[in-house]
Amino acid sequence: MEPIDINLLQKEIDNRSNKEVYVHLETTNGAYASHFNKDSYNVGAFIRNAKVTYERGKVVGAGATYRVGLKLAIGWIYAEGVNKFEVDKNGSLLMAGHDREGRLMVALQISEKPFHY
Amino acid sequence: MSEHVVVIYPHPDDEAFGASGTITTFREKGIPVTYLCGTLGEMGRNMGNPTFATRETLPEIRKQELIKACEVLDVELKMLGYRDKTLEFESREEVATNLYSYLKEIKPSLVITHYPGYAVHPDHDAFGAAAIRAVEMFPEEERPTVWAQAISNDHVEILGNPQIQNDVSAVFRKKFESIMAHKSQADGMLSKVKNESDDVELAAKTWLGTESFYIWNFE
Repeated sequence: MEPIDINLLQKEIDNRSNKEVYVHLETTNGAYASHFNKDSYNVGAFIRNAKVTYERGKVVGAGATYRVGLKLAIGWIYAEGVNKFEVDKNGSLLMAGHDREGRLMVALQISEKPFHY
Repeated sequence: MSEHVVVIYPHPDDEAFGASGTITTFREKGIPVTYLCGTLGEMGRNMGNPTFATRETLPEIRKQELIKACEVLDVELKMLGYRDKTLEFESREEVATNLYSYLKEIKPSLVITHYPGYAVHPDHDAFGAAAIRAVEMFPEEERPTVWAQAISNDHVEILGNPQIQNDVSAVFRKKFESIMAHKSQADGMLSKVKNESDDVELAAKTWLGTESFYIWNFE
């Protein structure tokens, strides 16, 4: 994955608007968070292959961290803390935020075909 | 009953960090070992450091790492095809029945798995519980021994000392090699020890030099 180029990423988000797409959205601090630090909490959320159509998508931010929001006819999807992106070999748009050790903290992915499940 | 060990863990690398020294000791005695690995660790957070995997490429990368680790350890590998982080939401009875279908073919003398309720990760707890349920499906006189591995910080306090405590320092080179086969995960897991020592292998030996198990009581 590459550091975010906001113009390139915005173009990729625009390319996938107003059509049926599959979304993968997750955030996690890992299953061991409270094992290694009793003051922290294990929290996470995950959805794979939600079928949606967004009328507008927008990436906002600068430097190390970005937000991406997708406006749906009857709702919203957003991810915060995204810092890397790529279009993979299947043409899916992958966006993710990694911590200093390279661990994934948040991911938002948009694909015209369902993600492998 | 001839000796055959079956290891039942949910993630590629659970075998390396948790039981590879014990596995090596069995293999050195010529005892066959089969690893029933539940998932491909699809939801792992570690993407290598520096990152070289994505959420979409991670499953295939971890599958290849798992195959390599099992070659290092010289064990037979069966990949069961569940999805990481979802095992506790499956039907325990269905998972147990699936595990039993492997066990009744192999007829193991010993099953190694996680201690349900004391294994920290929800997949560990759920797969350990299903493994023990699967062993219960044997008629009592045909049941293999079960060694259950607890990980939680409070397990000694609550369960007492594990009956099996294998000092694996004599075979640690092999254990370290199996851990390093899981490159995408080892980078992150070993960075903790790396910060505290120049010699990662030596530091890891201090951390992972003993493999402990409770003998499961079916009563």
